[in-house]
Amino acid sequence: MTREEIIKKENIVYRKTPLFTDKPLSYCPGCGHGTVHRLILETIEEMGITSQTIGVAPVGCAVLAYEFMDIDMMQAAHGRAPALATAVKRLNPDQFVFTYQGDGDLAAIGTCETIHACNRGENFTMIFINNGIYGMTGGQMAPTTLPGMKSSTSPYGRDVKMMGNPLKITELIAQLPGTYFVTRQAVHTPAAVRKCKKAIRKAFENQKLDKGISFVEVVSNCNSGWKMTPVQANKWMEENMFPFYPLGDIKVPKE
Amino acid sequence: MKELRLMKGNEAIAEAAIRAGADGYFGYPITPQSEVLEYLMAQKPHERTGMVVLQAESEVAAINMVYGGASCGKKVMTSSSSPGISLKMEGISYMAGAELPGLIVNVTRGGPGLGTIQPSQSDYFQATKGGGHGDYRLIVLAPASVQETYDFVKLSFDLAFKYRNPVMILTDGIIGQMMEKVELGDQIPRSTREEIIKACPWATTGKTPDRQRSVITSLDLDSNKQEKHVLKLGAKYDKMEQDEVRFEKINCDDAEYIFVAFGSSARICQKSIEIGRAKGIKVGLIRPITLFPFPKKPIAEIANKVKGILTVEMNLGQMIEDVRLAVNGKVKVEHYGRTGGIIPTPEEVLIALEQKIIGG
Ligand SMILES: Cc1ncc(C[n+]2csc(CCOP(=O)(O)OP(=O)(O)O)c2C)c(N)n1
Ligand code: SF4
Repeated sequence: MTREEIIKKENIVYRKTPLFTDKPLSYCPGCGHGTVHRLILETIEEMGITSQTIGVAPVGCAVLAYEFMDIDMMQAAHGRAPALATAVKRLNPDQFVFTYQGDGDLAAIGTCETIHACNRGENFTMIFINNGIYGMTGGQMAPTTLPGMKSSTSPYGRDVKMMGNPLKITELIAQLPGTYFVTRQAVHTPAAVRKCKKAIRKAFENQKLDKGISFVEVVSNCNSGWKMTPVQANKWMEENMFPFYPLGDIKVPKE
Repeated sequence: MKELRLMKGNEAIAEAAIRAGADGYFGYPITPQSEVLEYLMAQKPHERTGMVVLQAESEVAAINMVYGGASCGKKVMTSSSSPGISLKMEGISYMAGAELPGLIVNVTRGGPGLGTIQPSQSDYFQATKGGGHGDYRLIVLAPASVQETYDFVKLSFDLAFKYRNPVMILTDGIIGQMMEKVELGDQIPRSTREEIIKACPWATTGKTPDRQRSVITSLDLDSNKQEKHVLKLGAKYDKMEQDEVRFEKINCDDAEYIFVAFGSSARICQKSIEIGRAKGIKVGLIRPITLFPFPKKPIAEIANKVKGILTVEMNLGQMIEDVRLAVNGKVKVEHYGRTGGIIPTPEEVLIALEQKIIGG
């Protein structure tokens, strides 16, 4: 069969959404960031809201998200994305606004902005990548690092007596009256990816209702920071991260 | 018909913002500027013009809300006082790096630290020499009356958008709290979405098929590109120095001695001039209105004609460094100031002139 014979409309089972730019992803092979990018972009494409969407990138491995997403974006200072998004949405109530943040960004330096945006009930979507570590800066301990988990700043494992406990920020913000939809997902298997996409779609659709924050945590891997192969990392994540950060909806709107 | 009103400086900032067609104000309470947010909330600008006003959870959040709003091409501002301005410094640096317009008002109080709630001018360095990290400049306007405070709000927005750069109004607790007559301007309508898209093609207004995506960032990991960006910023600051210097000269023509003072201190110096001239001391005043760009030229010129210069600032001597650079050793330059929230009297300023410059 020739190439031309294969590339036919009826043969297409998967395509890259045109909302991805042609820039090669800078993420490590096997990293969940790229998959979540895809799900967000596919959602925007499917909803037909490209010209109405404004994204806020964090400081973290996803700092360059705007290089890969062919939509209008701004890059926030470390942890401040929810403050930016608050103003963007209030000043442009007809736009779809989302933040994309790692655990260091959202649950350490940006805890204040996260909690207050959630508590005020701002009407935007927060996508939270929880990989239990600071990926970008080389694998230091994050607020979400598990007890006993090794990182470059907890080289003998996280000693909670000395270093404090991991923060379940998602459970915390689910308690607040301003959050509308709070869920915890993953992207390590095709089934998980499909579920996660549904959650992201819902989190975007919810903005039409003006009911408050829709928050999607994605428990993800950081093979580089965890010093594992992608396969090992996914296995480790299932065995260690999921018991501590159980997947599923945490707060669902009453229909 | 002129619309006149007796207002506090802080109220004038708020009213000016509404009338300038501002889209958003984000603030956090701190003395002596809390009236800005209080006045705005009482005015219901959401009903008057559709302006968004929000009490943020911190000054950090407030400046980042300004960053977000400015990224969308909106006319947005924040105000605070010294400790709060310190917290905004990261956001201001990011705004300068990302070339975002926006207004920051500092109603200065005494420091360092929690300091005092009384007036001061000790944030001159912070406003004009960086404060935040990196190679950047703000246009800094220093009003000396409630009317100027009012007028500078619109001017600041105009300059901020002209240069795509944050602008700071550096005032103090005296001007913020004192009441004076203000002539109000007409209501300027807020920009429509179409006007913003036309005027700010760089803004994140939602990517349409007819244009490339807009990205607001201060990051470039490629050193060559980052240097190019910083040089572009530098060229912008040079242009400000060329075109935006503002100052006032009072009683300078026959002056043998000169005060250099900004804001409240300049008001005090005017009284000192009156008293001094009655005693036969020929003294005048140069009042920098823009602290950056600094009026180097008029100060350098007058240094050729006078016997000495006294800078009067409510601090330990900050602007004096810029005055000395401009004077370049041609004539004696000394500083007189009070700190801790103490306001110098016109008489003590005159005595300082006599002791440090005339007799010194
Ligand atoms: C004010 C400030 N402090 C620290 C840093 C350094 N820094 C960059 S990314 C990062 C952590 C990012 O971790 P996370 O948010 O978990 O995202 P990940 O890289 O794992 O996706 C830190 C500490 C910074 N850029 N700014
Ligand atoms: S360092 Fe970790 S989070 Fe960052 S791209 Fe690599 S695997 Fe992903």
